[in-house]
Amino acid sequence: MTAQAARIAAAQDAARLNRPEPFTSPLGDGGFFQRDRSIHPPAYAPGYKSSVLRSPRQSLLSLENSVSEITGPVFGHNDLGSLDNDLIRNYAKDGDPVGERIIVHGRVMDETGRGVPNTLVEVWQANAGGRYRHRKDTYLAPIDPNFGGCGRALTDDTGYYYFRTIKPGPYPWRNFVNSWRPAHIHFSVFGSGFAQRLITQMYFEGDPLIPVCPILTTIPDKDALDRLVAALDLNASVPLDSLTYRFDVVLRGQRSTYFENRPEGN
Amino acid sequence: MVQKLDYLKETASQTAGPYVHIGLIPGMAGFDIFEKNFSNVLVTPNTKGERITLEGRVLDGSGTPLRDVLLEIWQANAAGRYNHPADRSAGALDEDFRGWGRAGSDFDSGLITFETIKPGAVTDKAGRKCAPHINVWIVARGINIGLNTRLYFSDEEAANAADPVLNLIEQPVRRSTLIAKRSERAGKVVYAFTINLQGPEETVFFDV
Repeated sequence: MTAQAARIAAAQDAARLNRPEPFTSPLGDGGFFQRDRSIHPPAYAPGYKSSVLRSPRQSLLSLENSVSEITGPVFGHNDLGSLDNDLIRNYAKDGDPVGERIIVHGRVMDETGRGVPNTLVEVWQANAGGRYRHRKDTYLAPIDPNFGGCGRALTDDTGYYYFRTIKPGPYPWRNFVNSWRPAHIHFSVFGSGFAQRLITQMYFEGDPLIPVCPILTTIPDKDALDRLVAALDLNASVPLDSLTYRFDVVLRGQRSTYFENRPEGN
Repeated sequence: MVQKLDYLKETASQTAGPYVHIGLIPGMAGFDIFEKNFSNVLVTPNTKGERITLEGRVLDGSGTPLRDVLLEIWQANAAGRYNHPADRSAGALDEDFRGWGRAGSDFDSGLITFETIKPGAVTDKAGRKCAPHINVWIVARGINIGLNTRLYFSDEEAANAADPVLNLIEQPVRRSTLIAKRSERAGKVVYAFTINLQGPEETVFFDV
């Protein structure tokens, strides 16, 4: 019996026998650490103009984690196709896409440093010219016929993931007249409970557009911003083939004893 | 000096942007790439429970529907059990129901729909039954960190009145922002919802 199940059973016994509940581990309830909102961008960030009409103005209502928050969808290899983590090949029609070949790898961990196993990581990005394959993107850079720009992977037992792609280009957008996005890859990560759900963006070491990006600079904490910048990982690069960047993702820590943090995928 | 607590910090959120469909619903972006796709249909013909359609919009501070928003929902099955190992309640699992789906809003009307089942009442840690509800997560361009809210059901008045989460909301008038309204249309059960990001009827969002 797991610690959490034992705790629930003990509480039920105590209630039935009209006795005080026994004292149990403070980490047994499976809830997540309170989110530190000071490292996240605020909802209302006027330098990023789209946030002005789309930001709630009332306080968020604090909700202790219940079963609705500590559970979340479980995915397995059956949900994915064999080329899903290879963006160089998963939309190739008559050759490889244009651009710098790169590999992005890293670990999905929680705030205790434990790997988050079997969790779904989804990515999307512009092509080498900074153009998205999307019906609403009208940037003048060309679509690459061999590049879709999306992929997905499931982390392994240790939380490790990897995929192969081409380096996305920067592109202009309508915020200020002359606003440009640094090169970036969008990441969507699940974790083991729905309260860990996170969407973020990965940036590239050395990009001069990083400090002037109106979206990146919504993040009030310099260290939190730096943690979105992937380092060039020469040791993991493939000689004469691809450079590799390392990007670790940290999800909220879970109040569980070590052996419970193992959602069962297939 | 004291002993060091070696906790890591959560990765900062960033907006999903206007092209979120490419990664999460590529069919809506305008192309076909994966063998298997996630969708707004949570049911198979074998799923147990009452079939319902959720139908609604997300409105910005001017009252305009967002036409590039993405919603995900997470819910218990008809027996009130989540399809996840951390739910150890007594209700039976339904192997034909994962309990999760995602939908993008229509590019013209902003309409969002899900085809699912009405969830049963889940049991909280204290053993209390909670009113049936669906957990909702909202991302879009201009939303810097995903918004969490819930949908409850208008035909569950007694359960809603006793629900521990709805009762956390100080102003009764704000509780109604979470209630989806039931109607029947061409023999189908439809629950209609509106999520207001701002304004006098701003939806209650949770810090979960």
